[in-house]
Amino acid sequence: MKHVYGWLLLTPAAILLVGFTHYPAAMTLFDSFFSTGTVVRPSRFVGLDNYAALADDPIFWQVLGNNFWFALGTIPSAIALAMVMALWVNEKLPARALVRMAYFTPTVLPMIAVANIWLFFYTPQIGLLDQFNALFGVASHNWLGDPDTVLGAVMLMVVWKEAGFFMIFYLAALQSLPPELEEAAKIEGASRWYFFRRVTFPLLMPTTLFVLVNATINSFKLVDHLFILTKGGPDNASSLLLYYIYQVAFSFFDTAYASTLTVVLLALLAGLAVLQFLLIERRVHYR
Amino acid sequence: MRGRLLETGAAWLLALIWLGPLAYAFWAAFHPAHFATHFNLLAPLTLENFAKAWTYAPFPRHFLNTMILVTMILAAQLVLCTLAGYAFARFEFAGHNIAFGLVLVQLMIMPEVLIVENYRIMARLGLVDTILGIGLPYMASAFGTFLLRQTFKTVPRELEDAARVEGCSFLGVLWRVYVPLARPTYLAYGLVSVSYHWNNFLWPLVVTNSVQTRPLTVGLAIFGAPESGVDWAVISAGTLMAVAPLLVAFLLFQRQFMQSFMQAGIK
Amino acid sequence: MKSVAGLIAAVLLAAAAPARADVELTFYYPIAVGGPLTKVIDGYARQFEKENPGIKVNPIYAGNYDDARIKALAALKAGQSAPLSVLYSIDLYELIEQDVILPWDDVATSAEDKAWLKVFYPALMMNGIYKGKVYGIPYQRSTIVLYWNKDAFKEVGLDPEKPPANWNEMTQMATKLVKKDASGNVTRWGVMVPSTGYPYWMFQAFARQNGHDLMNKEGNRTNYAHPDVIAALDYWVSLGKKHKVMTEGTVEWGTLRQAFTEGKTAMMWHTTGNLTAVKDTAKFPFGVAMLPASKQRGSPTGGGNFYLFKKTTPEERKAALAFVKWMTTPERAADWSMATGYVATRPDAYETAKLKEYAKSFPQAVVARDQFKFATPELSTFQTGRVRKQLDDAIQASLTGQKTPAAALKAAQAEAERLLKPYR
Repeated sequence: MKHVYGWLLLTPAAILLVGFTHYPAAMTLFDSFFSTGTVVRPSRFVGLDNYAALADDPIFWQVLGNNFWFALGTIPSAIALAMVMALWVNEKLPARALVRMAYFTPTVLPMIAVANIWLFFYTPQIGLLDQFNALFGVASHNWLGDPDTVLGAVMLMVVWKEAGFFMIFYLAALQSLPPELEEAAKIEGASRWYFFRRVTFPLLMPTTLFVLVNATINSFKLVDHLFILTKGGPDNASSLLLYYIYQVAFSFFDTAYASTLTVVLLALLAGLAVLQFLLIERRVHYR
Repeated sequence: MRGRLLETGAAWLLALIWLGPLAYAFWAAFHPAHFATHFNLLAPLTLENFAKAWTYAPFPRHFLNTMILVTMILAAQLVLCTLAGYAFARFEFAGHNIAFGLVLVQLMIMPEVLIVENYRIMARLGLVDTILGIGLPYMASAFGTFLLRQTFKTVPRELEDAARVEGCSFLGVLWRVYVPLARPTYLAYGLVSVSYHWNNFLWPLVVTNSVQTRPLTVGLAIFGAPESGVDWAVISAGTLMAVAPLLVAFLLFQRQFMQSFMQAGIK
Repeated sequence: MKSVAGLIAAVLLAAAAPARADVELTFYYPIAVGGPLTKVIDGYARQFEKENPGIKVNPIYAGNYDDARIKALAALKAGQSAPLSVLYSIDLYELIEQDVILPWDDVATSAEDKAWLKVFYPALMMNGIYKGKVYGIPYQRSTIVLYWNKDAFKEVGLDPEKPPANWNEMTQMATKLVKKDASGNVTRWGVMVPSTGYPYWMFQAFARQNGHDLMNKEGNRTNYAHPDVIAALDYWVSLGKKHKVMTEGTVEWGTLRQAFTEGKTAMMWHTTGNLTAVKDTAKFPFGVAMLPASKQRGSPTGGGNFYLFKKTTPEERKAALAFVKWMTTPERAADWSMATGYVATRPDAYETAKLKEYAKSFPQAVVARDQFKFATPELSTFQTGRVRKQLDDAIQASLTGQKTPAAALKAAQAEAERLLKPYR
């Protein structure tokens, strides 16, 4: 009986999950072995041709590299900042509620809106950043038009957007720590830095891992801002994998190649899942 | 003591910087276009930018679409995830471990990643350019299922047994015992879901074609795209209008918001 | 599976369709320039409905040109058709390859209609004709012009009524126009040419001025690596790198207009489509001129054409023809040109009283028309998305100093060759 009820309860969700996650994921793999069909030339089996094209595609390697640097640039800094924010907001700070609200606000704003505002920041000369810099005699810079600064400029915005979100998880973790720990440390005369390094930081480790995995997933699936800020330019210097997939699929209409690119993205995410399983499953108990 | 002061200063400074972009949007939106790039405390205030933004783009329609979208998704999620979460929490049915593993796959592979295939599926179902088409891939949420399963597991068996003795069916038990006890989880999940879908962009962009279905984010992106050449002041006004409902809700119910995100994160 | 879903969809559609004889014309259109143009278009649609009972017009603003193409094709593939759309003039080959459009010749069969197909500027028809048939009716069309700030010219002792006529003059004037503050930071640049959004379009102007077009008529060959084309890109790059009259790196298409009206650059190259918006916001007298020449003058045309889709009923085709003819009458073309700065698409529009009047008070408005003599069609080939992106990336890589123009263009040409070979 329990088998029947269990499956019955699960069925509605399972249909949608299979239909929009498992089935399309499998179809992505399947499609990556075919060519893109047009009216004139129908789709046909091409084996690994799409993967060969992928290996030869310099833009693919560039966006993959960009994604790597993007992840490396945003994740550790956002996490560190989130931790500092949480520590501050968890203490008896004057106007604490206000500060906490300020940190968290970017989280509730849509990325598109945020990108609109930041575009005005980065515009050379008339943008806010350049006007501010001009006060100190710093020359105007073409932040989004220079391949050396564009990814950094985008990363800065993403850190701003995400740090407050991660702060929340740290705050939750901090509040669940027993207060006796800190009192004991005070009696022992331990410095705050020592206490943080030896007690708080290790205790926050599970949260850090959780945030780390989430931040990494985000770095692969969050590309909204590129639509407004850079369109992946100049010369693909700020493009990310998912944005490239969008371009290939909906601007070049090459769905087969887009599927091939998606397979790479899926493989990366699967790799992450395995990593998460190995790292976290042991520490955080799901049951 | 000096260290503390310094830290307080730093915390405040960071808070100011964090509010900066939003403050700038307010500045640009409430002053004539010229002052978007010129700062002058005596600059006259105006609401004209809002009036312009309102007429340049069909904001009321986008608002309506977004409202329908988030309500529809949330309603479906609550039902589907409750049933599935209950199944995983209390029924050791054959294959439940594998099934649970398959559900969790969606935590990693979210619908945005599969835009190419999901678009084809929607085209085949005739759901391109419908609000249902935007919402459908998100309705069976692995996150929601997982969250509710965890909550339901904490409900003591005795409560269920007592209800059963009184003659409740499986669904009756779910409705009378489990759902009321999981109310905080529902609130938390609801807030997280609403803010996620209010802000979601890529999939709605792909799957919608017309004003009748585009949610706010997509409308805002089209309206504010740099090549539209609209004034900064007007874009800022439009941006503020688009974020206002969620932002106001957040400011009013700050505590609930943060606690919801916290709760959702701890599980 | 497919057919079942299709059947269900068909049943649902049939059930939802209202029982009336009205023809509904849904059409997608893009906007890539400033101003509240959606209102203008909606206004036209309402007026047309009033004059033509039985036809309902439903215009849908679809974003920029790329969005509009993506959306219209996507809607088409998904089975919900729009009978006609304004799409990028250069989407022609893409649309032909997808086999979704019809030549207007098929519906414009009466003598009067046939004459109508010939009233437009020939320069504007170049992007719309394939194998002798007219697929694109020019509508929101533009070219690139040079805007200059007369106050800035006066300030540095240049004749404010005399814009640069050739590349040398432009470089020299721009050098004079650069203004720096006490610490040596530039507060005003000499000239800016946008290089995001549509870099290939700007580059077509440079290449044409240096004597070359970038593709052949059949849309299956590109000419990115000709020495004169490379020299053209060298010149563009030199404006920033060597002469220091333009910011180095790429210049944002969308914010450039603001930079010009704020006086941060004394000259800019931009689409005529921005004319009205510049006129409304610039606080200084400004001029509009043809682009300067190297070996010759030159500018690509750009913008959107009306296309007719294949998946249409005879009634819809007839209604579409009526609507497009109505939208392109001399009066409407004149009106549209004044509202936007787009060029009026036919010579007789410039003979209408209101446009004559407007040109008298605002002579900048007719520069684009005069430039038609030197116009070249906008870059358009088979596989246009990819072939174009190759060029865009090459231009941006050169402007940002990642590659030399020669290396970048040769690589782009090699890739374009590979993509276009199957189409010869």
